Amino acid sequence: MDGIYLDNNATTRVDDAVLEVMLPYFTEQFGNPSSMHSFGNKVGLAIKKARLQIQELLGAEHDSEIIFTSCGTESDSTAILSAIKANPGRKEIITTSIEHPAVLALCEHLEKEGYKVHYLKVDAKGRVDLAEYARLLSDRIAVVSVMWANNETGSFFPVLEMAEMAHAAGVLFHTDAVQAVGKIPIDLKTSKIDMLSLSGHKLHAPKGVGVLYLRRGVRFRPLLRGGHQERGRRAGTENTASIIGLGKACELALDAMHHENTEVRRLRDKLEAGILAKVPRAFPTGDVNNRLPNTSNIAFEFIEGEAILLLLNKFGIAASSGSACTSGSLEPSHVMRAMGIPYTAAHGTTRFSLSRYTTEAEIDRVIEVTPEIIAQLRKMSPYWGETGPTSEPEKAFAPVYA
Amino acid sequence: MWDYSDKVKEHFFSPRNAGALDNANAVGDVGSLNCGDALRLMLKVDPDTETIQDASFQTFGCGSAIASSSALTEIIKGMKLDDALKVSNQDIADYLDGLPPEKMHCSVMGREALQAAIANYRGEVWSDDHEEGALICKCFAIDAVLIEETVRANKLSTVEDVINYTKAGGGCSSCHEGIEEILVKVMAERGETFSPHNVEIPEPPKPGKLTNLQRIKRIEMVLDSVRPQLQRDHGDIELVDVDGKTIYVNMTGACAGCQMEALTLQGIQQKLMEDLGEFVKIVPSRAGSLSRAASHP
Repeated sequence: MDGIYLDNNATTRVDDAVLEVMLPYFTEQFGNPSSMHSFGNKVGLAIKKARLQIQELLGAEHDSEIIFTSCGTESDSTAILSAIKANPGRKEIITTSIEHPAVLALCEHLEKEGYKVHYLKVDAKGRVDLAEYARLLSDRIAVVSVMWANNETGSFFPVLEMAEMAHAAGVLFHTDAVQAVGKIPIDLKTSKIDMLSLSGHKLHAPKGVGVLYLRRGVRFRPLLRGGHQERGRRAGTENTASIIGLGKACELALDAMHHENTEVRRLRDKLEAGILAKVPRAFPTGDVNNRLPNTSNIAFEFIEGEAILLLLNKFGIAASSGSACTSGSLEPSHVMRAMGIPYTAAHGTTRFSLSRYTTEAEIDRVIEVTPEIIAQLRKMSPYWGETGPTSEPEKAFAPVYA
Repeated sequence: MWDYSDKVKEHFFSPRNAGALDNANAVGDVGSLNCGDALRLMLKVDPDTETIQDASFQTFGCGSAIASSSALTEIIKGMKLDDALKVSNQDIADYLDGLPPEKMHCSVMGREALQAAIANYRGEVWSDDHEEGALICKCFAIDAVLIEETVRANKLSTVEDVINYTKAGGGCSSCHEGIEEILVKVMAERGETFSPHNVEIPEPPKPGKLTNLQRIKRIEMVLDSVRPQLQRDHGDIELVDVDGKTIYVNMTGACAGCQMEALTLQGIQQKLMEDLGEFVKIVPSRAGSLSRAASHP
């Protein structure tokens, strides 16, 4: 499909080499890896190889620390629910106010079941206060769950440091790293991270496969019980083709790690600088000097994100937005609200997320088109005058809200 | 991506009457708390006739908010103020060939801006008369505030009650968890505990199994009921055969070969399906088409 795809934090295309290794496992190599005969045995060996490829990307000590799941959300739920079941005496959880819904919605649900959840606040750049975190760590905490990189802004949390602090306090530490894995070097064996979630489709593997990394020795209670798959820690017949694809994708991600952190970063920086140079009243959100190399989230003041996306889409450009109207729920982005981004700017946030397939020509095109789109929408905005924002826009237009 | 109608997309990509209106004498500024969108509606009203001569808008909002604003200005131009006040949000949505349920509030915002602008023209102060909450039932676009108020006012205690009073939850049933949460909360206010149980969604009664003879009689009855209309147009219909789900009929008189035949048969098929409570197909019999071929060489 033609078009400029800058929504790689939402999902990525399956790499051709990944698809190639998968295909035999739908037809010729259809065996169940649990079976004794040679149909199953070859599949079992291929899964073993995939596990090693993932172990290498994560820098895990043992390949048995890799548990295959169906998605990042399953990995998150498994990790958190395991921690609370394994620690029945502990009734509190620490997380942050800008986690992915996979963690937040589960925590809100656990609150209804009597758990106390501490949501770490973030500042205007989306950073947590480690002193506040240190004060909350206690033997009442069953688990800490903090994302490695935020999906909207790309900003990192200091998970290595936070894991050390949790470990010192005797508390389990989980990180949702679906945005970080494959984009930045990770070495779990030298960290104190107990559990980590990753999702295949964020790194050019197919949708429907994920991993929970579980450090050897961490007490664990499965979410799905049944067969002995994944050493009894995640029952259910393996999604063999996807697991094998994910292994290949991890190998490719490791190969591309340098490219991701040099070339992709250069293109991202060029895109951001190019747009900001031409568009007034726009700013990047998050901790811009401490974020994923592929993500730029720009707030365009006084216009709304869905309208921006619809017009970008007309030019074949795919991006995403933190505006209220682009989420199915109509809730404006909880990340932008938590960072205290003014209403009239949070509404117009647009996220461009690149991949190793992004080209210079594509970035040039987006830099060319975006300023026109922003200007076109601002002409329709009640906050915008002939040439720029009306003086004191919030006073000039103060609607009655209902 | 939202499932927008072509009309919504067209009004978004080429909005009518966008921008400031220089000589406006009626301005309405409203926003929707639900999603943060806001709209300024500007009108030029002829003071002698109270007719809206011109209208324009500026919108801080999504695609459907911009399309709803554009549609509103098109609808009300040339209207008298009193008539314009009768424009409902459903009128705006209909003008756009419908809006997704999550986006209906965009049309509500349009209607409110209109009320606010007319109040502004008449020197009155407009205040909003309703509150919108989070959307619970997506099948029928019913929000939490409406459900909560209905539960409170009528002392409802079951999901079925909520379905009967508000329609919310009567479709796909995915929102029953959300409805239960509202029931738990409101019932706790009056010191009661919600007791959950499985909800039986009433299905339309299925007619019992008919014998062949009964079934054919029912089919004849339906055909008899439409016969007067056909005869008025100098035509008629007769039952030829019934073979399982296929009902063969003969269109006679003026109905035979009429250009509207397909449409007429479709209507009769619908009636038959409703009456029999099963899927049937109505087919003009070969005998009929042969005689038609003979009479129209």
